[in-house]
Amino acid sequence: MEDLLEFLKKERDQEWRVEIRQKMKNKERTQLERINMPGQAPEVRNKNFSEVNLGLSEEQAMHEASRCLDCPRPTCITGCPVGINIPKFIKKIEAGEFLEAAKVLKETNALPAVCGRVCPQEVQCEQVCFYPQKLGKPPVAIGHLERFAADYERNSGKISVPYIPAKNGIKVASVGSGPAGLAFSGDMAKMGYDVTVFEALHEIGGVLKYGIPEFRLPNEIVDVEIDNLEKMGVKFVRNFIVGKTATISDLKKEGFSAFLVGSGAGLPNFMHIPGENYIGIYSSNEYLTRVNLMKASDPEYDTPLIIGKKVAVIGGGNTAMDAVRTSKRLGAERSMIIYRRSIEEMPARAEEIQHAKEEGIEFLNLHNPVEYFADEHGRVNQMKVRKMELGEPDASGRRRPIPIEGSEYLIDVDLVVVSVGVSPNPLIPQSIKELDVSSWGTINVNKESMQTSIPDIFAGGDIVRGGATVILAMGDGRKAAAAMDHHIKRKVREVLPLIKEFKSIGEVLEFAG
Amino acid sequence: MYRIVEKEYFSDGVVKLLVEAPYIAKSRKAGHFVIVRMGKKGERIPLTIAEANTDRGTITIIVQKVGVTSIKLCNLEVGDTITDVLGPLGNPTHIEKVGTVLASGGGVGVAPLLPIVEAYKKAGNKIITVLAARKKELIILEEQIRMHSDEVIIMTDDGSYGKKGLVIHGMEEVIQREKVDLSVVVGPAIMMKFCTLLTKKHDIPTIASLNTLMVDGTGMCGACRVTVGGKTRFVCVDGPEFDAFEVDFDEMLLRLNSYKDNEEEAYEKFLNRYRKA
Repeated sequence: MEDLLEFLKKERDQEWRVEIRQKMKNKERTQLERINMPGQAPEVRNKNFSEVNLGLSEEQAMHEASRCLDCPRPTCITGCPVGINIPKFIKKIEAGEFLEAAKVLKETNALPAVCGRVCPQEVQCEQVCFYPQKLGKPPVAIGHLERFAADYERNSGKISVPYIPAKNGIKVASVGSGPAGLAFSGDMAKMGYDVTVFEALHEIGGVLKYGIPEFRLPNEIVDVEIDNLEKMGVKFVRNFIVGKTATISDLKKEGFSAFLVGSGAGLPNFMHIPGENYIGIYSSNEYLTRVNLMKASDPEYDTPLIIGKKVAVIGGGNTAMDAVRTSKRLGAERSMIIYRRSIEEMPARAEEIQHAKEEGIEFLNLHNPVEYFADEHGRVNQMKVRKMELGEPDASGRRRPIPIEGSEYLIDVDLVVVSVGVSPNPLIPQSIKELDVSSWGTINVNKESMQTSIPDIFAGGDIVRGGATVILAMGDGRKAAAAMDHHIKRKVREVLPLIKEFKSIGEVLEFAG
Repeated sequence: MYRIVEKEYFSDGVVKLLVEAPYIAKSRKAGHFVIVRMGKKGERIPLTIAEANTDRGTITIIVQKVGVTSIKLCNLEVGDTITDVLGPLGNPTHIEKVGTVLASGGGVGVAPLLPIVEAYKKAGNKIITVLAARKKELIILEEQIRMHSDEVIIMTDDGSYGKKGLVIHGMEEVIQREKVDLSVVVGPAIMMKFCTLLTKKHDIPTIASLNTLMVDGTGMCGACRVTVGGKTRFVCVDGPEFDAFEVDFDEMLLRLNSYKDNEEEAYEKFLNRYRKA
């Protein structure tokens, strides 16, 4: 930690940073208003799938960047799961050196355009910003600025591909191509490893593709990041489900030395209430996969979709917000969130809740579904909900919802999306019997190294956390990459005296076990 | 990848395809299935792996023309490719020596039945297989089934081949005649429902291999959910085989019709495009 502070101080003392800081007095800086993100008008955007936020202009970005005081002890960095040097990239923006700002981001973050859009900044970097902490003012819009720098770089056509050293000949694999796998692959490629990413679906990107809708994260942006990784030498294999198409031990025989399991959160949770399997009741995973990955709402595509006029989405997380806003865009007259706690307890990003409200989403807070009803064809047509009230805080620290007896009433619905969380995908734990797994089905890891009970297997993202965020998965992927590099090099060192006996580093590792 | 290396018509509407998929050919076991997608705008559908040849690196799938994707598949010729093939998925059949196994397959349900019959035979069981279809042309894989069965009974609705009657009539004949230790049923949901009612009456343990709708096929979406023993289970990761006595076939039948209207519409649109082309 002291080393890091020392390093940050050195960077902060560089001439250009000192100059920028002296351009304006802190008092003037704190007088500046936070820029509002320009966006499509709610009544326009709730009928299309284009991105809601339009991004800051250069002037707006420089204005926002000059609010940042470039604090001597930048607490914002401690709030970032991947440790971005936040003041440095912001000051590059203030200096008008936008491509340089993007480079700073990419030192520690493989997907800045993605994170700038989907990170919950308000509970991370922006929460611990000097402005809200000490001045009671809105934080520097770090997320908006991150997005600005990444978008500027992408649109400039001058995307920097990080320096890649000569290949070291060591093959490593990522199981899954979501945020954990992509972050891991970028870091491993930068260290000279021969990286292959195995993806079960026909598209690369995991939850970034099948889960998060276009209006929040356009696929095009994810594809640019994937192209970049390909330019760095990362190989992508589609339609390959590790543990089924081939096992980890098969892949070891093919020369892979170590693995990151980033297979994501699999099984959707249901509430197990009567009528939940009627036609027209989807899990949020199914609904969003049909729309985002399979493009089911486009008549040109073969995948069918039930389009609802009266839609209820059960849950209060980001996925619930994505689903309910998707239903509105597909023409629902009434799109409702049904959530058993109050709006304050909702786990969704503040911006998503606000956007949803602006778009005309109804919030039935302190409501819980009790039963579903269907017509003679088995299609859902009504649901019974019960009102709730908040009691004492539970283990999660949130106030426990308590049912109000006799408060039940019926709501007409023709589409229900159940978005009450997911359970870890069982495929990998099933296929590797020796792997240490929790009673929830998540893979147990050393929290520092992300190493599992099998030394050559690391894991990160939702398969470890059970259900978290893109940025936490990316943080895991980066941690795993650093630890895996360390682990492999240690193994190589152990057998180094014997190295003349071997033809390749792969053989060395095989010998080392 | 996923090139068609052999094609055979079982009838106008049923086609056998040998598809290059070396990894899957090597890893697959009885009971496994694949998810396929045809074209960049295609949907993902599950198909059982009927056979595999590890030397040639191929898997065999049997496709019946019922919807847009299956027609696209049936129209493929040798040398064409399938856009995506993912597998092998699902749990392999639990095989053990139980004694006499009564295996019953209806229509293209005989395709998933074949590897199961083969595996039970190899485990030393006596196999009696009932193959059923509407008419003679729709009886498939008879020769392969005979290779792994001690006896084969053929039933057709119209009596154009074998005996006239339904699959349950063939099953009943066997049950009346000798002791059956295990029944395996694969075919349309409605057939499996009635087969199970019969075996339940005679208290014969029964396994059904379910063929529900799926999207990803890897446990992510829950489209394939069924109620088994009062609990929600996913066919793709918990199945495809379940204790048939516990399966809620009525709910399954209902859910299979989720997109009936959409499918008819899509089919019409497809035919129109097809006619124009």
